[in-house]
Amino acid sequence: MSQLRPDLQIICDWITPKSRILDLGCGDGTLLAMLKKERNVNGYGLEIEISNIVKCINANVNVIQADLNAGLSDFDDNTFDYVVMTQALQAVERPDRLLNDMLRVGSEGIVTFPNFGHFRSRLQLFFGGHMPVTKTLPSKWFNTQNIHLCTLQDFEKLCADNRIEILRRTVVDRNHRSGLLMSLFPNLFGEVAIYRIQRK
Amino acid sequence: MPDTLPENSVGLVTPQTMHFDVPLALACGRSLDNYDLIYETYGTLNADHSNAILICHALSSDHHAAGYHSMEDKKPGWWESCIGPGKVIDTNHFFVVALNNLGGCKGSTGPASTNPKTNKPYGPDFPIVTVKDWVESQVRFADRLEIKTWLAVIGGSLGGMQVLQWNIDFPQRLNHAAVIAAAPKLTAQNIGFNEVARQAIMHDVDFHEGRYYEHNTAPRRGLMLARMLGHITYLSDDAMREKFGRELRQGKISYGFDVDFQVESYLRYQGESFVDRFDANTYLLMTKALDYFDPAADFDDDLSKALSHARANFLVISFSSDWRFAPERSREIVKALQDNDHDVSYAEIEAPHGHDAFLIPIKDYLDVFGAWMTHLVNEVSS
Repeated sequence: MSQLRPDLQIICDWITPKSRILDLGCGDGTLLAMLKKERNVNGYGLEIEISNIVKCINANVNVIQADLNAGLSDFDDNTFDYVVMTQALQAVERPDRLLNDMLRVGSEGIVTFPNFGHFRSRLQLFFGGHMPVTKTLPSKWFNTQNIHLCTLQDFEKLCADNRIEILRRTVVDRNHRSGLLMSLFPNLFGEVAIYRIQRK
Repeated sequence: MPDTLPENSVGLVTPQTMHFDVPLALACGRSLDNYDLIYETYGTLNADHSNAILICHALSSDHHAAGYHSMEDKKPGWWESCIGPGKVIDTNHFFVVALNNLGGCKGSTGPASTNPKTNKPYGPDFPIVTVKDWVESQVRFADRLEIKTWLAVIGGSLGGMQVLQWNIDFPQRLNHAAVIAAAPKLTAQNIGFNEVARQAIMHDVDFHEGRYYEHNTAPRRGLMLARMLGHITYLSDDAMREKFGRELRQGKISYGFDVDFQVESYLRYQGESFVDRFDANTYLLMTKALDYFDPAADFDDDLSKALSHARANFLVISFSSDWRFAPERSREIVKALQDNDHDVSYAEIEAPHGHDAFLIPIKDYLDVFGAWMTHLVNEVSS
């Protein structure tokens, strides 16, 4: 997934040039390197895996080793234009706390996650009777890092409960397509959800 | 002693000495009218002098950072693991410079040197020098080497503090900065350890108010105690348990006060061998330099403000089991750099070795450090 992740190009399009970015769980630094090149942003990535830290440094991306589960207490209020978190929300211990922390530190948040409400997941659970294994969610239930999977509906309810405003929502499939079915029934046909959020 | 020197070593090196006769005003209000700095260099300075890297040393080390002084040497320089051809600090590409700081006891002017005013060793009359003073002296040293801008200034522990000071006082004179296992200032606990070390030295009957050279003696027991205490704090609980456990020297306990446990024997050996190669007055001075270091104090206690004019690209590294210069302290440095939008990467290396980890070739550490240094190689060759 890391090579042509559909969510990354969309995020890049959403970001205002020269802004200040914090990328939570930045992986090998692909997004930040792309944003640096195409949007001239200034930013830092937070990452826990040492092998990814090395890759970020190789890619000339500023990376700070940190555990997202420990929160963002090293960062002051309102110090970033955007706090981005791609495909990590479902893997942290308390997504609700982290979302609130993101909007404390940044003016806007951009979050992407795999939609557990996608019809393939529903079909596997309904007819197969087992936890879904798909191309966007390739791990088994016992070895997955995704401990807090959610659907678009779940996420939007969490936002409403936490006074978080959704500025924009896009859903795509893993091939970066966004067709008619997806815009009509995003929670059923969207594989990856991308949200732009801010504090109400 | 190696029969042949390893291929990835800088090999045999000879220290050089530089004399300075323009007075250096010190933070304590006094000045040194003239002084020597001893140093070593590895690699070759390129035509435009753009490949020079300064290595700043820690509490008890010196200018001998890499290579061997003779084929009889038992050990290479203190940072042999990182400096050499093909190593992280690659002497095939860089001109690496390491010096012994003022107040040292390895050839630079220090308490054991002769005071020109009295023709006796300085002893306690040697002025207290600070990290700021050292950096000032290093700038003059760089001027003499005709190095206008260091490609990088790199240091661990007290050396890392010098790197920070460079970025505060002379930000235009370095392009990259690696701050390893350091802290923006010592904690009360740290100062406490240093004070116990100093008291051990000063209470030795052979201390003679610091004028022990004139009595042809040295506060050996005190310095040994200081080193034993220091050594415990540079290791982690886990590292000591791993290395010694409760292993007995003779297989049984003696019901006496001689060495029973291996750890006692090890610490005594460490202490005793240190006494033969280090001067007690220098130890006093260096621990004071550590205690006094607090660059934010001049900037309303705001480290971010202190580093606001820095322009280097930073690498900050800490080690998980280092409780003397804990990862939290490195994160304070990282935060101050972030507050200023400076380029910085930070890694907290998982390692059981305690503070000493910065001298040990740990894979993750070398991978991170090496990746960062690769950009410097590219900068020099392009």
